Formats: sequence, structure tokens, C-alpha cells
Amino acid sequence: MAALAPPSCFSSSLSKDPFSTTTTVLDHKKLGEGGIQKTQFSVWISSKTRPRIKLKASMEPPGLVQELKSDELESVGKRESGSDLFDEMKYRFMSFKRKKYMENLEHYQNLAKAQAPKFMVIACADSRVCPSYILGFQPGEAFVVRNVANMVPPYEGGPSETNAALEFAVNSLKVENILVIGHSCCGGIRALMSMQDEEDSTSFITRWVVVGRNARLNTEAATSNLGFDQQCRHCEKESVNCSLLNLLTYPWIEEKVRKGLLSVHGGYYDFVECTFEKWTLEYDRGKTDESNTVAVKNRSFWR
Amino acid sequence: MANQSTQEVIEELKKLLSEKGDLGCEVQGKIERLIAELKWPGPVGPHFVDPVVKRIFDGFNRFKTCNFDKNPELFAELAKGQHPKFLVFACSDSRVSPSHILDFQPGEAFMARNIANMVPAFDKVRYSGVGAIIEYAVGSLEVRNILVIGHSKCGGIRRLMTHPEDGSNEFDFIDDWVRIGLSAKKKVLSENPNLSLDEQCELCEKESVRNSARNLWSYPYVKKAVLDGNLKLWGGYYDFVHGKFEILEDAQALPVVPF
Repeated sequence: MAALAPPSCFSSSLSKDPFSTTTTVLDHKKLGEGGIQKTQFSVWISSKTRPRIKLKASMEPPGLVQELKSDELESVGKRESGSDLFDEMKYRFMSFKRKKYMENLEHYQNLAKAQAPKFMVIACADSRVCPSYILGFQPGEAFVVRNVANMVPPYEGGPSETNAALEFAVNSLKVENILVIGHSCCGGIRALMSMQDEEDSTSFITRWVVVGRNARLNTEAATSNLGFDQQCRHCEKESVNCSLLNLLTYPWIEEKVRKGLLSVHGGYYDFVECTFEKWTLEYDRGKTDESNTVAVKNRSFWR
Repeated sequence: MANQSTQEVIEELKKLLSEKGDLGCEVQGKIERLIAELKWPGPVGPHFVDPVVKRIFDGFNRFKTCNFDKNPELFAELAKGQHPKFLVFACSDSRVSPSHILDFQPGEAFMARNIANMVPAFDKVRYSGVGAIIEYAVGSLEVRNILVIGHSKCGGIRRLMTHPEDGSNEFDFIDDWVRIGLSAKKKVLSENPNLSLDEQCELCEKESVRNSARNLWSYPYVKKAVLDGNLKLWGGYYDFVHGKFEILEDAQALPVVPF
């Protein structure tokens, strides 16, 4: 363990040195019921409790958004407080434990033995599009992969974190549905559409989003006279379809889809208008509809 | 299927979209929705006979009604851009969504989810998926914290711990991926050779978080941001068997700096 400075006074001014800490042992009994073990933590202790801003409905305030305003933060200028964040995480976990975990103890105990989700969801890492939130997936329901621009690389691309998750979800967990969800204003898709040089090896983003090159080509062919923003929007959906086709390049996925054991769906979440579109891949080996795009069925649009 | 006159209207609207390049996102979106509604006549809604569709529809409907519509200002701000304070690495496991256990709200956390919540070391040739996440979060979004959350009963860690390491019995992609945690496995086995597999797995779940934190440090922009005081690394562990969450203080794994 790193050497620690002796406990300093609990003042509101913070050293900028990321290594200056005090150590406090938090006795779980003092915390009340709960789940924080008796463990040593490094904390800065705030001189006063940060007031919480109540929002409507059941949402807790977005306490971890950079622009959060609170009395304490404003009074000492914009500073980063490890203690505030630690307290915030602790509060939230205790709240989860009290309101959800303990209220559904039997369910959580069953889940602890094994998971059997029916869905695998591939969504973007974007902070605004968490599938647990927008589609209300509860613990145990969905095995989730989140990456930049919700992309599925093809089988021939070799190992990646996304196809490791596919292998586990399809072959071990035997999920019945795979849902790839795109979304509006996607930075990754924008990077794909803006990309000048595929061979730029200095950027991971470039090397990743190039997986969606077919989506860009299809988009440019279909929307050549539209503005860039409109093209990006089109590409966001086109990329989902390309990912659905890439899913079928995995032999063990293709086999299950062909046998009707696995369904592959696309989705698109527009967080500007709050709408959701969903469609299902129509599987027929080698066949596409007359415009040479992915054949789909059961398309829904919700607003 | 749409009838002839509806089809004509659809074609006119498509023509309008393709000819008018300056409509703006909002108007374009509205026209696209109108086309969608015209194309599939009948209720613009779910196929209720399909439980999968109904499940997704119910979830979205609840979110829209209970959250989105009730917090228009928040979501209007988020629509303009995201400024999350956190980058979170969590496992894809269906039981450990950070949005549940730590109540991350829309806009708060840029979130990567993969098997066993692993972060590979900086590699110019491979792992571009994780590299893209870190590059975007730290370089573009300028998050202030990276939190890696491990958890109990992790299938990926178990595979790592039980892998024979003799080249046999390969799961092509899973085995290649969890090998990122090999140093964590070796450390746990060498320090705890006599513990049961379950106990070793639990130790490895936590050691892998520390390993991932060390790997984060190998990304030049992460290292720079930490040394500049603009970024903090956290390691966490969610035990859903006992309903506990702990911060692994030593997951920062940074070199000791003399005071």
C-alpha cells in the first residue's frame, strides 16, 4: 500500500496533488444497514453535506454530471472532490441495496446462482443511451455490450471484446435475441463519416469505426445531396443494419438464426424526440429486398 | 402494405427529403416518421402478440412517460451534448449494470461493457475497441474519473482461472480476450495455491480490476491526465451474493510519489 500522509484537518481546501490523502476506516455499523465492508478508504471529508437537487419522478439528480451546481461547489470554485464522489457512490449503492436489492432479495439470491438473460444487447457507450435506462432492462434480463457506435465487427476481423461477448452470450448463455441499438447524434458515426484516412494508425477511434465502412458507403450512395448532419443520421441506422449482417458472418450465430433459435433485431433511439424504432432481421440466406439492403420484418416505431 | 395513393405520397415525401438538403434535423426527423407511419398502416405500435416486442415497448414506454417527459430540460440539454464525469468499465453480465447498482443517470457515465470488465494494456495493433473508448472518453469528453467495476461470480474470470493453458479446449474469442487478465491469475495462484477455486476466483475478480487499472496507466493520455490532476482512477467490486460494494483503494496502482 502506498505511504500515506498523517490525517490532516478536514478543511474545504484541497491539495491538487492527487496523492494527498487521509485514511479513514468506515465502520459498517455506523453506516447503518448495509453493504460497505469495513475497509480502509482514502477520503477527503467535506465540511458540509452537499445538498441534493430533487428532480421529478423517481430520478435522482444527475450528481455526477460535470455541470452540476451545488452550494458547496460554487462556494469553493469548481474543484474536483474525491470525497464527494465517494460519498455519492456510497449513497447510491446503499439506496439501490435498500430499495431494490433487499426488496427483491429472493430474486437477487436466485440471480446470484446463475444468470439466464433472454437478450443480448449491443449499444453505444454514449452516456445518454444506457439500455437499462431507456428500455428498462432489469438485473438478469440483458447481457450488454457497450462500445463506440454500437458496432459488431465481422467474424473475419478476428478476436475482439465484442465477439468474445457474442460467443459467451450465444454459446454459453444461449440468449434468444440479439438487439443492436443505434442512436441519434452518435459521435462514433460522425467520426466514421468524417474520416479521411482509413490508414491513420494513430487513432484508435479511426481504427475501430472503420468496421462501419460499408454503412458509410451505403449512406453516401443513398444521400449524396443531403447535408452532413442528415447523412450522419442515415448512417446511424445503416450502421445498425451492417452490424446485423456482420452478426450472420459468425457461423454459430447464422446456424441458430437459421434454425429459429435466435432472433436478430435492430433498434434506433432518437433522444432528441424520444422515439424508438425496432425491426427484426428477416433471415433468408443470400436474399435481400429489391433495394439490396437488409430484409426486415416486424418494424415498429414508438413515440 | 400501403395502397397506391399512400405510396404516391410516400414517394413525394422521399423526393422532398432528397431534394431539400437544408431542412434541418428536426424537420427531417418528422418527415421520416411520417413516411414510417404511412408505410406501415394500422397502429403505429408494437406487435403485441410478440412478447419480445412487448417487453421492449413496455420498457421504452415507461422510460418515456416516467422520465423523459417529466424532465424536459435535462433531456433537452443532453440532446445538445454529453459531458459525463465518468468513464465506467463494467462486465457485460446481466446482473451488474452500473445504472442499477450505482444509479448512473443519463449523461453521467460513458460506459464500456465487456466480458469481465477488462482493460487491455495500450497496444498500437489490437484492442482498438477499448482504445477507442478510452481515447474518446479522455481525449474528447475529458471525463474526470475512470471506474473499473469487477463483480462476484464472474464467468469470464472463471474461464480465465479454469483455462488449461495447454492450447486445448479453445473458445476462440473468449479465451483470447480473458487472457488480458493472465497476470492477475498468475498472482492469485502463486499467492494462494491452497484456496478453493471459488475463493481463488473471487480474489482474481478483484486482482483483475487492479490489473485493468495498471493497464489504464499505460495509455499516454490517461497517464498525462492523472499527473495533471484532471483524472482519477477508481476500482470497485460489486458482490451481488452478499449485497456489497467496495472501492478497491489500491486499484489506483500508481507509482508512489514522494511527498
